[in-house]
Amino acid sequence: MITPDEITSTLEKALPGCNVNARDLTGGGDHWQVIIVSSQFEGKSLVEQQRMVNEALKEALDTQRIHALGLKTYTPEQWERLGS
Amino acid sequence: MAEDVLAKIDEKVKQSKVLLYMKGNPSAPQCGFSAHTVEILQSYGVPFDTVDVLADPAVRDGIKRYSNWPTIPQVYINGKFVGGCDIVHELHERGDLAPMLKETPGK
Repeated sequence: MITPDEITSTLEKALPGCNVNARDLTGGGDHWQVIIVSSQFEGKSLVEQQRMVNEALKEALDTQRIHALGLKTYTPEQWERLGS
Repeated sequence: MAEDVLAKIDEKVKQSKVLLYMKGNPSAPQCGFSAHTVEILQSYGVPFDTVDVLADPAVRDGIKRYSNWPTIPQVYINGKFVGGCDIVHELHERGDLAPMLKETPGK
């Protein structure tokens, strides 16, 4: 298992300036739904964006500390549009 | 042997404008994620080819190595890996899938 703080700090290290919202889906700390907003996603396909996130969390995924990971990735501009 | 599979997949991917690697087939999907992906693609009324990975364990394993993506289904448009069920769903919701399906391959 992993804490939301660790997910957030790991992603902030890999994608400086990103915003992270991590939701524990089962309460068990190993099934997560994570929303990441980062300017580094600009110009990249969703596959490329999710590869960046998977790469950042590789250690936790490989060791099964994260068993399931649902991702939603947005650029700041897309995120803003979503809220309006 | 393993390389044969990747070459076969590569050939197939480049032949089809829209291609779905799935479990089962569109009339009888064998997995909820494959079924949902079929539904989304069908909603656009464009023709697409499918490969049933359950019919060939070598392809089932090979497609994951081909795209370096761990899950099935996988959607390819104009020879390019687009994503799995979640990403295709997301592109559909954002309205980004229609332009991709309309794109004609540059030859």
